[in-house]
Amino acid sequence: MDIKFDLNGQSVSADVEPRTTLADCIRNNFGQTGTHLACEHGVCGACTVLVNGEAVRSCLMLAVQVQGDQVVTVEGLSGDELTPLQAAFRKHHALQCGFCTPGFITTAHALLSHEPGADEERIRDVLSGNLCRCTGYVPIVEAVLEARESYRGSGSK
Amino acid sequence: MKSFNSYIGRPMERVEDLRMVRGRGTYVADVNRPNQLYAVILRSSVAHGIIRSIDSSEALALPGVRRVLTAKDLGSKVPVIPLRLQPLPQLEPFHQPVLADEKVRYVGEPVALVIADSAAIAEDALERIVLDIEPLPAVANRSQAEAKRAVLFEEHGSNVAITWSAFRGNADEAFKTADYVRRETFKVQRHAAMFMEPRGFVAEWDEAAGKLTVWGAAKTAWHNRRTLAAQLGLALEAVDLIEVDVGGGFGSRGEFYPEDYLIPAAARIVGRPVKWTEDRREHIMSANHARDVECDVEFAVSRDGRFIGLRGQIWADIGAYIRTNGSVGPRNVAQFMSGPYCIEHIDLKSSMLTTNKTPCGTYRGPGRYETDFIRERMIDLAAQDLKIDRVELRRRNLVADAQMPYPLASITPYDSSTELDSGDYHAVFDRCLKEFGWDERTRLRGQLIDGYYHGLAIGSFIEGGAAGPKEEARLVLETDGALSVYIGSSSVGQGLETIMAQIAADAMEMSYDKITIRHGSTSYVKDGYGAYHSRSTVMGGSAILLAADKLKDLIRKTAGARLGCKAEQVVIDGEQASFGGEHLAFAGLSGVPLEVEAEFFNKKYTWAYGTQAAHVAVDPGTGHVKVIDFISVEDVGRMINPLTLHGQAIGSIVQGLGGAFLEHLVYDDEGQLLTGSFADYLMPTASDFPNIRSITVELKPCPNNPLGAKGAGEGGLIPVGGVMANAVADALSHLNVQPMELPLSPPRLWQLVEQAETARSAD
Repeated sequence: MDIKFDLNGQSVSADVEPRTTLADCIRNNFGQTGTHLACEHGVCGACTVLVNGEAVRSCLMLAVQVQGDQVVTVEGLSGDELTPLQAAFRKHHALQCGFCTPGFITTAHALLSHEPGADEERIRDVLSGNLCRCTGYVPIVEAVLEARESYRGSGSK
Repeated sequence: MKSFNSYIGRPMERVEDLRMVRGRGTYVADVNRPNQLYAVILRSSVAHGIIRSIDSSEALALPGVRRVLTAKDLGSKVPVIPLRLQPLPQLEPFHQPVLADEKVRYVGEPVALVIADSAAIAEDALERIVLDIEPLPAVANRSQAEAKRAVLFEEHGSNVAITWSAFRGNADEAFKTADYVRRETFKVQRHAAMFMEPRGFVAEWDEAAGKLTVWGAAKTAWHNRRTLAAQLGLALEAVDLIEVDVGGGFGSRGEFYPEDYLIPAAARIVGRPVKWTEDRREHIMSANHARDVECDVEFAVSRDGRFIGLRGQIWADIGAYIRTNGSVGPRNVAQFMSGPYCIEHIDLKSSMLTTNKTPCGTYRGPGRYETDFIRERMIDLAAQDLKIDRVELRRRNLVADAQMPYPLASITPYDSSTELDSGDYHAVFDRCLKEFGWDERTRLRGQLIDGYYHGLAIGSFIEGGAAGPKEEARLVLETDGALSVYIGSSSVGQGLETIMAQIAADAMEMSYDKITIRHGSTSYVKDGYGAYHSRSTVMGGSAILLAADKLKDLIRKTAGARLGCKAEQVVIDGEQASFGGEHLAFAGLSGVPLEVEAEFFNKKYTWAYGTQAAHVAVDPGTGHVKVIDFISVEDVGRMINPLTLHGQAIGSIVQGLGGAFLEHLVYDDEGQLLTGSFADYLMPTASDFPNIRSITVELKPCPNNPLGAKGAGEGGLIPVGGVMANAVADALSHLNVQPMELPLSPPRLWQLVEQAETARSAD
């Protein structure tokens, strides 16, 4: 099936099988390999991307479902400079192996874009849908708390 | 005044992060080669059985399917996987074949390999293979193994592969005269490392050059290259294993698995690059499991609270085959049960049982997590029986500074004698009590507050590191003044590039930014060893120090020739070599790169040590446990990077909490795995354990390496199971609830509370 959507600000099109997941399409058709697959059954959140600003699990969504949508992956969040959220992850050592990190960053970005005032409990609650095996989550939560400031008044809904 | 000599000890942000937080890392699933094909693996769905037939004709008929490989395609004898550690000849019967030949012995065992134009086509084809397995009775637990419901290796005649024996002093005599002896049984459940990035490989065979390249190596690339080259009948130089970014290891990833042979062999057979990535279900049933241990032990203590002896039997369920490092856990449970305490008389046997389950290997703190659960529980039980305060009881028995080096139990049949190298165990113990606020909290013990009973616990541990025999480093001062460091250590996500750059920068008195670390690939140094046993920093870092000394000699010699002085007269400072007011910058010092190699040899383990304390609250109505506070204090000898070290400690503790409360690989009596997804295998999430603290100290540098560092990647997790069980027992002391088995899941605790209440009301 032919699909056309917006990926990280670029209009893209592809011919995919109906069964192709959005994750496989992003990775294989467009080489955006920052979106990672760790469970492929929607539990770990490593494959989280933004579809029209909402965090979704790209392993559970079919590529044909994003026809005409705006899709942003972790690669689409920053240019050469780190975003405040990414910089906070680095500062707080909120990643070790880095495999789950894109999913945490996209999830946290979606949360803070909608709720820049989210408190620690809310942040922990939302992030509890993503699995990290390395950090024990403590530094991830610290990083997201610190990054909140940069979302206040800019792009929040 | 040196210009640059202060990177070690600084909380440097990691160089790795710059790519990883932007999605620019390269993990093995991101590696693609031109013209590549895709492999998927058919795995046994039967725990124990005889393969009657494999019919691939329907699969081969599917367009895009290139090949189906079974054991019959691998030559007259299917290769088996040799052991990396403790390669005892008596374990050879239990080596795993890379594809099941006549028998399958666990659910998940590879039976056939499908190679196709896409992974999707290969998966479609997999479903068309008709695999006929005649089931045999399965052995899924210790009682079935001992009763010989089936014998996995009939020629061996028993399901006991081998038995380890840890001994010290004269336990039988000591127990005869001991004031107090308590005998108990304990169980630690099967769980696993469960790193986030699935395993995978991309293999490419260059027929013209006779060269095999494999992407996806981790942990022990050089060892795996030796194994693979031997299996394929290739020279070592004809095989290159490449390490790209690695999404977690924790002991499990990077050991030689069947796929380590199958994917390269397939690439050679089909003459095109072959890519394989496992899915999570495959991972859960095929990567190493761990921990599955039961024991029946006795603990002897004098009336005045001196530990006398440990005696007993341990059964370690190793699964269907012996994996590359499958003896480490079973051995460690016995050898390290005494932990940081003086226990003069030890007689512990640890039998490795074969069962029809996924084979076991090491997982962070192998054997130590299990044995610390057993020991710390025993200490609290003894304290209760002897009416001695458990803090005081521990303090009385910790190995004292003056007793160092303190030898641990000897072990057979593969000797690995070791001694605690240095430490002020009491100082760390007292620091933990103080930071935790033990005295102030004791009033909460056993109190019911808002429906939760509160309890406290404390426990101490030791963490071995720095396994030998050696590590290798090659330093190249490039003509532009940059330094390339090639190292045999591997990265499994622990921040190796940053830490090694800190060590190299200080050693060479260079700016950190001028240093590039290249690690883990077999082309970088002649013979590397890798990342296991908390060894990378100590072994790789020490090799860098030795290489840096050589490189500085070479720089002095080179500069001396240009400056017209003796090499010894050249002073190195600020990335320049100077003599008599003349300065030569490292950049342009030589027209060719200056290159040196060095090896650091080590026979002695490092022994980091620490103490943890916890405050929990238990809901007796649901069995749910809240961790109110958790603190760990550990002495690692010398910290290279406090930021990454702290991360290791916290992450390790939370993994330990996963093992204490959540994680469990459950099998039914027929050897079917019941927890094959993340919906069934529960791991800690962000909302589970928010209150974790870790403090690292540098009281006693390791005397056995030039850095003074002790391995530090595993420690946090080691005593967590024991500390949690003791805290729960403390909270429920009014009911005398005594957990003897992990995990402390809500149903198990609820049941213990019910039983205790029933028993109390019957009194």
